[in-house]
Amino acid sequence: MTSVTTGTGNTGMVMPKKVRFYRHSVAVRVTHWLNVLCLSFLLMSGLQIFNAHPSLYWGQYGADALPDRSFISIGAVEDGDTIKGITRIGSLSLNTTGILGASTEDGELSPRAFPSWITIPSYQDLATGRRWHFFFAWFLVINGLIYLLYGLIAGHVRRDLVPSREQLAPRHLAHEIAEHARLRFPKGEAARHYNSLQKLAYVGVIFVVLPLIVLTGLTMSPGFNAIFPWLLDVFGGRQSARTIHFICASLLVAFAVVHIVMVLVSGVWNNLRSMITGYYTLRVEPGKDQSNGL
Amino acid sequence: MGFDLTRRRFLIGSGVAATGILTGCDALVENAKVNDVLQKAESLTMGAQRLLMSHQPLAREYTEADLSPVFKANGSTQPDSEEYARLTVSNFADWKLVVDGMVQRPLTLSLAELRAMPSRTQITRHDCVEGWSAIGKWTGVPLGLVLERAGIAPGARYAVFHCADEYEKTLDGSGQYYESIDLVDAWHPQTILAYGMNGKDLEVAHGAPLRLRVERQLGYKHAKYVMRIELIDSFKGLWGGKGGFWEDRGYEWYAGI
Repeated sequence: MTSVTTGTGNTGMVMPKKVRFYRHSVAVRVTHWLNVLCLSFLLMSGLQIFNAHPSLYWGQYGADALPDRSFISIGAVEDGDTIKGITRIGSLSLNTTGILGASTEDGELSPRAFPSWITIPSYQDLATGRRWHFFFAWFLVINGLIYLLYGLIAGHVRRDLVPSREQLAPRHLAHEIAEHARLRFPKGEAARHYNSLQKLAYVGVIFVVLPLIVLTGLTMSPGFNAIFPWLLDVFGGRQSARTIHFICASLLVAFAVVHIVMVLVSGVWNNLRSMITGYYTLRVEPGKDQSNGL
Repeated sequence: MGFDLTRRRFLIGSGVAATGILTGCDALVENAKVNDVLQKAESLTMGAQRLLMSHQPLAREYTEADLSPVFKANGSTQPDSEEYARLTVSNFADWKLVVDGMVQRPLTLSLAELRAMPSRTQITRHDCVEGWSAIGKWTGVPLGLVLERAGIAPGARYAVFHCADEYEKTLDGSGQYYESIDLVDAWHPQTILAYGMNGKDLEVAHGAPLRLRVERQLGYKHAKYVMRIELIDSFKGLWGGKGGFWEDRGYEWYAGI
């Protein structure tokens, strides 16, 4: 699956070899893009649902009746003729007008926790938000199970995702963090495999955050509470589960931001092409990395 | 300069794209075919939950120590019909629950008669579709016992709860609150017609004199101010035809999630 193009160019100088190799199987590519679709709609419909009660609590119960036990809440307060968006985290109150608590909807500053440009539908409609959320939740779970089944059977998880012992050595990790911070990425043969930070991020999302967001979602369901009551004990109650669900969503957003930045700065076309056609191109300096037996 | 131009074009481009996506999303939301597809997930959820619930597990029951200090009263908190006002004056002494429709023996039961029947007390969590929860202690008569007394006629599939409150004022009365559950939930041991809450008589704000508790579903299924229970085989002829006030306004009939 590897094709090599060598160029000596017109100048006679030896150019780096371009090595094209098959990086992503069709199963990985299809499930990746379906995952993008599902998570985008889940985030937007999830924020619509959150807007119906924009407070987070810890424990079995929590409502906005007094005494308010929420530790995070996003709301609007009157401010003269207009309104102000206030985001409260514990005892800290921040004015977040324009983004959180109060933002423009149909040209008017309106009270809404998350702004209309990030919710589906753009206007307040909990019933529709729920319909989209649960449809794409099923889609995400089925897509995720297909991916996991493939990943475990075809060896993708073991071969591509699980970090090797050397990769997990503290010295190696420290070195990689320093290199990433300078936006210097592995080149040549070293780029043939995921680096350890990449592996840890992918393993964390696939085996920790995504399962956790599905399980905490199910823990909010009164029907599922009767079926699997132990979920309530694992997460410390329905309201704790709702908070963890929100934290997981935030972690996924953070992951997606870093992921997209990394795709952009480490060769955007090469990266995108490999997730579409499967083929990734390496530039190998002649005289280096000859040990791979090409 | 070239970079700036490209960057500006990129920013303008993304702005246009974002607006396009948003308009596109709302167009999708309002597309009937898209809605039909999305709605399939409801049957999938109900099918999956009912399959896993075939042993009829109970909802989690809590202890007195877990009770919410304040139980939020939601939805209607004071029906404003003249009839209801008259009933509250006599502390519901003249109130009668009607059980009719597809039953063998239509019933009218007073509050005293309901209280004389075997009761069940349960401390459960009430989950609102909006996302909040409150824990309360409910006392009432299991719905199954009332249905047994009335005798269900062959072909009956749902119990409909007609309520005293008009949640939305409309000319045709379609704002009248009503709810429905199927017989699986109707016979569940925790499905009760509650007349007591937290050791006292049910307050008006919480649905006096009688409210439904159907513990494995969301709050809007727990009809307050129940006046009449009607057994039917289809809710096609009722108001919006979706089996409940909120269902007629787009919410799921099966509210187990």
